Amino acid sequence: MRIQCPFCGERDLSEFAYLGDADFRRPDPDAADAEARFFNAVYVRDNPAGPHDELWYHASGCRSWLRVTRNTRTHEILAVNFPTPSGGS
Amino acid sequence: MNASGPQESAQPNRLAGAGLIDRIRPLSFQFDGKRYTGFDGDTLASALLAAGVRLVGRSFKYHRPRGILTAGSEEPNALVELRSGSRREANTRATVVELFEGLEARSQNRWPSLALDVGAVNSLFAPIFVAGFYYKTFMWPAVLWEKLYEPVIRRAAGLGRASTEADPDTYEKAYAFCDVLIIGAGPAGLAAALSTARSGARVILCDEDFLLGGRLNGERYEIDGVSGPAWTRQVEAELRASPETRILRRTTVFGVYDGGMSGTHTFAALQRVSDHLAIPPAHQPRQRLWRIIAQRTVLAAGALERPIVFGGNDRPGVMMASAVRTYVNRFGVIPGRHAALFTTSDDGWKTAFDLAAAGVRLAAIIDARSVVAPVLTEEAKRLDTRVFCGAQVVDAHGSRALERITVREDAGRLSQLQIDTLAVSGGWNPNVALCTHLGGRPRWSDAIAAFVPGDVPRGMAVVGAAAGSFSLKDALREGAAAGAAAAEATGFKSVKHREPRVTDELTAVVPLWCVSESKTKAFVDFQHDVTREDVALAAREGFSSVELLKRYTTLGMATDQGKTSSLNGHAIMAALTERAIPELGTTTSRPPYTPVALAAFAGVHRGKHFKPTRLTSGHAWAEGRGATFMESGEWLRAQWFAAPGETDWLTIITREVRAVRSGVGVCDVSTLGKIDIQGEDAAAFLDRVYINLFSTLPIGKVRYGLMLREDGLVLDDGTSARLAPQQYLMSTTTANAAKVMRHLEHARQVLWPELDVQIVSVTEQWAQYAIAGPNARRLLERLLGDAIDVSNAAFPYLACAEFSWRGVTARLFRISFSGELAYELAVPARYGDAAIRAIMSAGEDFGITPYGIEALGAMRIEKGHVTGNELNGTTTAADLGLGRMMSKKKDFIGRVLARRAGLADANRAALVGIKPTDKSARLYAGAHFLTLGAEVSLQNDQGYVTSVAFSPMLGHWIGLGLLVRGQERLGERIRAHSPIRGGDVDVEVVASVFFDPEGARLQS
Repeated sequence: MRIQCPFCGERDLSEFAYLGDADFRRPDPDAADAEARFFNAVYVRDNPAGPHDELWYHASGCRSWLRVTRNTRTHEILAVNFPTPSGGS
Repeated sequence: MNASGPQESAQPNRLAGAGLIDRIRPLSFQFDGKRYTGFDGDTLASALLAAGVRLVGRSFKYHRPRGILTAGSEEPNALVELRSGSRREANTRATVVELFEGLEARSQNRWPSLALDVGAVNSLFAPIFVAGFYYKTFMWPAVLWEKLYEPVIRRAAGLGRASTEADPDTYEKAYAFCDVLIIGAGPAGLAAALSTARSGARVILCDEDFLLGGRLNGERYEIDGVSGPAWTRQVEAELRASPETRILRRTTVFGVYDGGMSGTHTFAALQRVSDHLAIPPAHQPRQRLWRIIAQRTVLAAGALERPIVFGGNDRPGVMMASAVRTYVNRFGVIPGRHAALFTTSDDGWKTAFDLAAAGVRLAAIIDARSVVAPVLTEEAKRLDTRVFCGAQVVDAHGSRALERITVREDAGRLSQLQIDTLAVSGGWNPNVALCTHLGGRPRWSDAIAAFVPGDVPRGMAVVGAAAGSFSLKDALREGAAAGAAAAEATGFKSVKHREPRVTDELTAVVPLWCVSESKTKAFVDFQHDVTREDVALAAREGFSSVELLKRYTTLGMATDQGKTSSLNGHAIMAALTERAIPELGTTTSRPPYTPVALAAFAGVHRGKHFKPTRLTSGHAWAEGRGATFMESGEWLRAQWFAAPGETDWLTIITREVRAVRSGVGVCDVSTLGKIDIQGEDAAAFLDRVYINLFSTLPIGKVRYGLMLREDGLVLDDGTSARLAPQQYLMSTTTANAAKVMRHLEHARQVLWPELDVQIVSVTEQWAQYAIAGPNARRLLERLLGDAIDVSNAAFPYLACAEFSWRGVTARLFRISFSGELAYELAVPARYGDAAIRAIMSAGEDFGITPYGIEALGAMRIEKGHVTGNELNGTTTAADLGLGRMMSKKKDFIGRVLARRAGLADANRAALVGIKPTDKSARLYAGAHFLTLGAEVSLQNDQGYVTSVAFSPMLGHWIGLGLLVRGQERLGERIRAHSPIRGGDVDVEVVASVFFDPEGARLQS
């Protein structure tokens, strides 16, 4: 599997570390049901067969966290973006 | 072919003049201790056949005599043990082992000898070895399983023996990139390579064989007026002259991985760099594992001829028809003297004609089809042979090899033929394995009675026999077209070239899966000894889906992965259950296509090269002091420093601890992770990642901090120093340095990109030494002089400073892991060696003692400090007695979920200290806690011991552990039970700080 790092170019899978769902967001810690919200955010994830947005860390490269859209059936990399709209660094 | 019959020599079956072997280079080799001769260009199989050796092994279950079935990598029978000693390799296929001078091979699965094998009595007990016999036979009584069944099965099962010595050879991994990868260098692959190479595209052409040409080497084709091999050499010469073309012979593309709609895929290939030599040449690996990233692929992997299932079809001497042609034409070897052909395809007839041309007496051509193309029967009339159409071989007979066959003629009459070789052709199965690795399903073709590529990976074109196009003309045409298209698709302009003139051929086939009247055992899977009866039994017992059939009978599960057997088994099952083959489906083929040594996947990452070895800048000094080193993460750290004459580790670390606690010691702590954190929001950032506050930390001060994961469990601990208003220096544990860095980068880039904060690891930029003990200050005064005031007033506990010392930027932290008055002095790593020597020299008058991590560990347990044993991914801050550090004034990672009922449960195990009631008793880490008198059971488990040490200060063993409701149980006597290490000790639960609980020493 090869990932197109926006800083380093196309690199081999072995340079990256995987985290998981890119849509993890910390819920409001002050909400009345904060515990349930955090529980959902941390543990309850979709596991789609097909395109999935997930976070990869270019550990042996520029140390960027990347939002990678990967087809979990084929390992096709459909898109590579910064982890948030405002950019990663 | 102008062959003049067999040669009289040690190679009785070698034809004069024929074949692609080098007769001026004879090679001697041994099989089962007997010496033989072959030629350069032979495989072990062709050399054995030339020498007249027909029996080469015994089968897996029934120990039946087996010979050579094929001439390729699909061989199920001729598995031999190759080489000896540390290079001994089991289950190598004689059909692909290249002959080299001095080669040694042995047959497998026989005892005491190949000809006389005791295990063959298994055949007599065949009724109990039917499909599923493991499940049925060894179920009862259970007590016999461990004592009898398992040892016996283990001895009987398995094929060859692996070497138990270390592998002396090296293995490599390599990457390659290309526009077009062409898999297979038969006619279709060569045609594809030519048209792609002529366009200027980067081409990689792989073939598992040591000669390019594929079937062109084994057949008597003519292309453009020259022989197949001659045409191949012309093409090879042109490809070698093409600068962008790389030819990888002896290279099997065994898997397709990843990739998608772009058409770019990653392929894995194994190149057998030195397997054709006795030992690899200097500086060459034995094998090289390639990862090939290709934009387009042409799959020209050919087809595999399939056997016909009839009685005794496994006798040595029964061979695939195409393999017989290959031995005759490529190797100049005739497999026997009296042959017959059993075919159900036009293609099989070629074998009859080639054998006749080689001077072999052909007893009969037996074609299962009633109607055969007249052109074939006409040509057969010119041979001195009998032709039976609509006939079948019912049984093959012979003890150690084929002697006779029973033929049922069209009218039903049975007749006997005395022969030693039977060539069999049941049609061809396109080699679709690489089309299916990404999940594509093959498609059934009635025209050729086989599966052909269905939905293939994008960017892959399948051509020639692999696509079910069996004629040479089609192979060349499809290959050239696919090569040109692949070149165009990658941005190159293809060049039109003339289609070569080739021999015409017939390719019709009518499938005959199995001969129903056979009286003797008819094999479907040769390697796993699965018979037609086993398939029938699976059908009767309801295991009729292909996946269940496979698992129940082990059909297709041997090292050949069913290359010659799966479809026959499925077809028999389809007939028995009255379904069509496409309705039944086929099993999934997965990488690797042929077996790959694990060493090839490991590559150079073996032994010491498994991971990097990191040395601190004080390593040479420690070596000079006689340190014993141990691994700590990737680092080597001094475990202890033995004084002359000291041999007992406990004596050494006791001396080291006492020296520190009574005088002064020094320890290299450079390996702890160091992360520099800077920016406008650095303080806010640390508040969010630590459970305690760091924004309130004054400049020039250090604070201990604890980090949680978002799930509320502890991630890591360490100190952070505030060097400037917007600069902190964080330390992490040695083991978690990289993990914490990743965690912080995630927090900074993903969770809170709005924060102005930058982080960088500076672990390797600084050498750092802990100087600990009552004399630490006096030592530093002498060492640092005027560079910094280290008095207690100017530099109290938890102070830090950056200053200039002898022209070098240095940092000093007053922190203590040992519990003593202690400092950590950091200098840029390139001064690390000089700094430790300066520390030692300044400490000489104080009797400074270097100490290792064992002494450090003993002192930290005396002080009840937690490390990786306690920060083990299952503990909370409260479990470790650090719950009150959790700030209530802010949010931080892990805060919300740390409140969960399960994590806040008062019944959780909490950190305590333990000491043995009998002061002479030894404690063991990993021992489980039980209340006194409680039975040893999981239900009664009360927690476990995490860390132990002999305390030099207390004079007995002490330990830390996690005990249920531990903090309420101080003073209680419990039991620490370690069935694994033998300890079973009464202990007293005490506070986790054993030594100087008031902390007076570190404040002094």
